[in-house]
Amino acid sequence: MFDDFFIRALVAGIGIAFVAGPLGCFVVWRRLSYFGDTLAHSALLGVTIAYSLEFNIAVSIFLISSAIALILIQLQKKTNLPSDALLGLLAHSSLAVGLVVIGFLTFIRFDIMGLLFGDILAVNKKDLLTIWVGGALILLVLRLIWKPLFASTVNYELAQAEGLNPDRAKAIFTILLAAIIAISIKLVGVLLITGMLIIPTAMARNLSDNPQKMVIFAIIGGLLSVFIGLFSSLEFNTPSGPSIIAAALVLFIFSLLKVKQTIQLKN
Amino acid sequence: MSIENNILVKLNNVGFQQNQKWLVQGVSLQVEKGKIVTLIGPNGSGKSTTAKIALGLFKNIEGKVEKFTNNIGYVPQKISIDWTLPLRVRDFMLLTDNLTEDVIDEALSLTGVINLKDKSLGNLSGGEFQRVLLARAISKKPELLVLDEPVQGVDFTGEIALYELIKEISEKLNCGILLISHDLHTVMSATDHVVCLNGHVCCSGSPKEVAKNSEYKALFGEQAAQTLSIYEHKHDHVHTDDGDIKKN
Repeated sequence: MFDDFFIRALVAGIGIAFVAGPLGCFVVWRRLSYFGDTLAHSALLGVTIAYSLEFNIAVSIFLISSAIALILIQLQKKTNLPSDALLGLLAHSSLAVGLVVIGFLTFIRFDIMGLLFGDILAVNKKDLLTIWVGGALILLVLRLIWKPLFASTVNYELAQAEGLNPDRAKAIFTILLAAIIAISIKLVGVLLITGMLIIPTAMARNLSDNPQKMVIFAIIGGLLSVFIGLFSSLEFNTPSGPSIIAAALVLFIFSLLKVKQTIQLKN
Repeated sequence: MSIENNILVKLNNVGFQQNQKWLVQGVSLQVEKGKIVTLIGPNGSGKSTTAKIALGLFKNIEGKVEKFTNNIGYVPQKISIDWTLPLRVRDFMLLTDNLTEDVIDEALSLTGVINLKDKSLGNLSGGEFQRVLLARAISKKPELLVLDEPVQGVDFTGEIALYELIKEISEKLNCGILLISHDLHTVMSATDHVVCLNGHVCCSGSPKEVAKNSEYKALFGEQAAQTLSIYEHKHDHVHTDDGDIKKN
């Protein structure tokens, strides 16, 4: 069954959508869109290191992204620059360094477009295992830290005062973010992973009045985006990542109609 | 020892500085079971900071905080709910604890906002939001309640009603309450101990019955006079402009 490349891409996409929904909600709630972007951009460096050392790609990306997250925290503590400037600094420099390193590795043939925008043909059976096992682990850990993470998202001091441990939850969440980037890079690509986290979630926000609903709609939106995106990728021979994200955008635009209705009802 | 004395939290000569400026310094106080301690003082006098020190929200503090309970309900002074997070009152009630539907209803009824249970948090008025905050803090039946200006944004009659409710809660749950008042001169009558801050403890003592003050009664009515008390400051020192104690 998994011998067909398209089925593999579809199964991979479904797995990613299930994880991206809930994680994406926290990315939006905690205003971490650019943080996600920075981690994703650093993933390219992870890929090059994996290739040059013949190391597991997902593990390598995971380690590099986590390292970038740690560096960011250090820079935030030690410099007077605002967070968005630091994020931009890390995002673009890690992307640049990644591309420069690729330039040096002339003995390996890289599919740069595939790395940046995802490649429907690139997903193999081993990747499916990584996505589903890794994804299940991510969701399990997220379930365990849900209460402190959610409470501190609403109000940090309240969560801490009432005995939850928001700092630990935040650190673990950062690791989960690095992990989903690591498992979804092949299908969606370095430049568009954050879109997978944010756009279905943004759509879900337009349709929900409570957090649980928003998570569920984000998952449904992600699944629909994967289906529509991959089928059109197959049909029109477009790269998989942009096709999925474009599908998500169309869904988002439709969800705006609902917002408009609610606003009219209010008036 | 703490159990015998019913002490829930004890601050011993604590202080906190940020960017080389002391926000508050040399504060000692304790909150006991069933007692209400009220903090008053001008803006920027370190009331909220003191409450946060008691809650353990700062890492590098001077002095010592001893906390003998982990069951704490907190109403922060400022809380802004981001519109990106869709949150109903019922979701907010479950924020830090898993409560049953009955417990949530009971707390919301006590503060008189049960009708708002399915409303979105972003659509509440200031007074409604304050009542929801209070309901959330008491719903878990805490041993220690820390209320940072719990009646802000509530009109005067509502304020009296909320103070009466706080007194009722303190009696019912037998919890200790650390209350920050936004008013410099009036505190709720049920207060056992008043601490006046201005970067340090200016003075402290018990409140004086407002009810005896006929002018006040004439102005605000019988009920208000019974709920509120006047605190007469007994300052024995003079402040410099930045709040330090002037040395002679």
